Amino acid sequence: MTDRREARFGWLFIGPAFLHLLVFALIPICYAFGLSLFKTRMIRPEKAFVGVDNYTFALHEDSFRNALWNSTRYAILSVPLGIVVALAVAVLVNQKLRGVTIFRTLYYIPAISSGIALSMLWIYVYLPETGMINSGLHLLGITNKTDFLSQVEWAMWGVVVMSVFTGLGPRMVLFLAGLVGIPQELYEASALDGATGWRAFWKITLPMLVPTTFFVVVTSTISALQIFTPIYMMTKGGPEESTDVVGYHIYTEAWVNFNTGLAAAKSFVLLAAIVVISLIQFRLMRNQLQGYSAA
Amino acid sequence: MRYAKNALSYFGMIALAAFMIAPFIWMILVSLHPSQSPIPTLADIVPKKPAYENYGKVLFDPNIPVARFFFNTVFVTLSVVVGQLLVTSLAAYGFARFKFVGRELTFALFLASMMFAGPVLQIPMFLIVKGFGWLDTYAALIVPGLSSAFNVFLLRQAFLAIPKELDEAAKLDGAGYFRIYWRVLLPLAKPSLATAAAFTFFGVWTDFFWPFISTNSMETRTLEVGLSIFGNSYGGTNWPLEMTAAVIVMAPLLLVFLFCQRYFVRGVMLGSIK
Repeated sequence: MTDRREARFGWLFIGPAFLHLLVFALIPICYAFGLSLFKTRMIRPEKAFVGVDNYTFALHEDSFRNALWNSTRYAILSVPLGIVVALAVAVLVNQKLRGVTIFRTLYYIPAISSGIALSMLWIYVYLPETGMINSGLHLLGITNKTDFLSQVEWAMWGVVVMSVFTGLGPRMVLFLAGLVGIPQELYEASALDGATGWRAFWKITLPMLVPTTFFVVVTSTISALQIFTPIYMMTKGGPEESTDVVGYHIYTEAWVNFNTGLAAAKSFVLLAAIVVISLIQFRLMRNQLQGYSAA
Repeated sequence: MRYAKNALSYFGMIALAAFMIAPFIWMILVSLHPSQSPIPTLADIVPKKPAYENYGKVLFDPNIPVARFFFNTVFVTLSVVVGQLLVTSLAAYGFARFKFVGRELTFALFLASMMFAGPVLQIPMFLIVKGFGWLDTYAALIVPGLSSAFNVFLLRQAFLAIPKELDEAAKLDGAGYFRIYWRVLLPLAKPSLATAAAFTFFGVWTDFFWPFISTNSMETRTLEVGLSIFGNSYGGTNWPLEMTAAVIVMAPLLLVFLFCQRYFVRGVMLGSIK
């Protein structure tokens, strides 16, 4: 068998996937960058080269800045909250209790659900009079008629709280994997020093979960920056553009206003943010892994 | 002390489960209220006489062909799952077992493509698919899903974990490359293949954005897009029928999930070990 023959077969096997990568990822990304340099609209064919004008325009446009700010706000609120809840739940279901796997399964269900169905359900949770929250409060004797999704001060929180529950499953599983990986001897050793319960959690569990937590933070942040479906179904970016996040804003620019070039430029601003976050992840992960192998 | 702690844990788990599952129970209960009836409050949430006919109404709605959406979703999802497993496992075999110039660079391109977020690809993908003349066809729904960088990565890891001696042994028995892939590696990588299939299944079944922009006639819509049309056309005015539609979309997902949940747990963990 010659090396050449081996190489030919290697390419043959990779071929279909590589062709797909080319047509549906590499070429589109270059195409999108090209479009971002033109003033062009979906419905009219003529194009005018404008260089970086779309980028300067986007970065100075109030509504795009507002969208960037909303996405940042959404990520800052939903990621830490989602992680704290997921970690607490993971610790809860990591105990040796009868029937604990049933609960793990139940908590995962929203993650495999239809995003549209979930959004419809959560619209109900937040309805002013008959919704789950307000009619639940009513049963407790508290009268509250807040229409959560149409109040500027509540709408973003509505989407954030929903994401904590719908995103719980995968995060919980990741933390469970991290928890299972902590050597039991560490706990035994610290028990000899008198550190159990909360102290053991702070001194052993949390530090040992740093790599997992880091991974969860980065993946959650990247997906938080792209949130679309719940916004499209529940708030349409409102009230007063207070939930107009970047994912929804780009959708509106591309498919409602048909400003193809400008939308492409805006999507590259988002891509830049995601690439920066991913690179930071890569660097930190590598440092951490080196730290482990040195130890 | 120990019993108290366990009791507290169960209380916490049950309370959380109740809160997570409550909207789903509500969905089923509301779907059984008579069509057009107002949203029930928690006090009268249980329908007095279950309106099972809602399911017939939604499935055979004269304006919104839900049965057709259902068929489209099943057809598209199965095509993508089968096609993607084939394409990605072949590529994974190439990366795991063959040496050639440009292999590392190619693999790095696959990994980098995982960062290309949906909002960046939506416009060029639409224009490319339009260029192929595929808008509003099954091809638009299936072909872009036929490969996935994540699954190439996942299956490559699975193949790397299989000892090379098995390949050598098969080769001595006269097996060619394709036979080794089909008869040795694929059967041994079954758990990872199942994980990949499970992720793809749910990803495609519940995908909203791409089918939403790449199709526009009732004949090519999928359930997820159909459900959004349903939600928007009734606009919160006919909750019982909306919830019936939601149950119809969710039921197959739950059934499949109950059968393959362990592959999910595996898959989510594999994603973290890069």
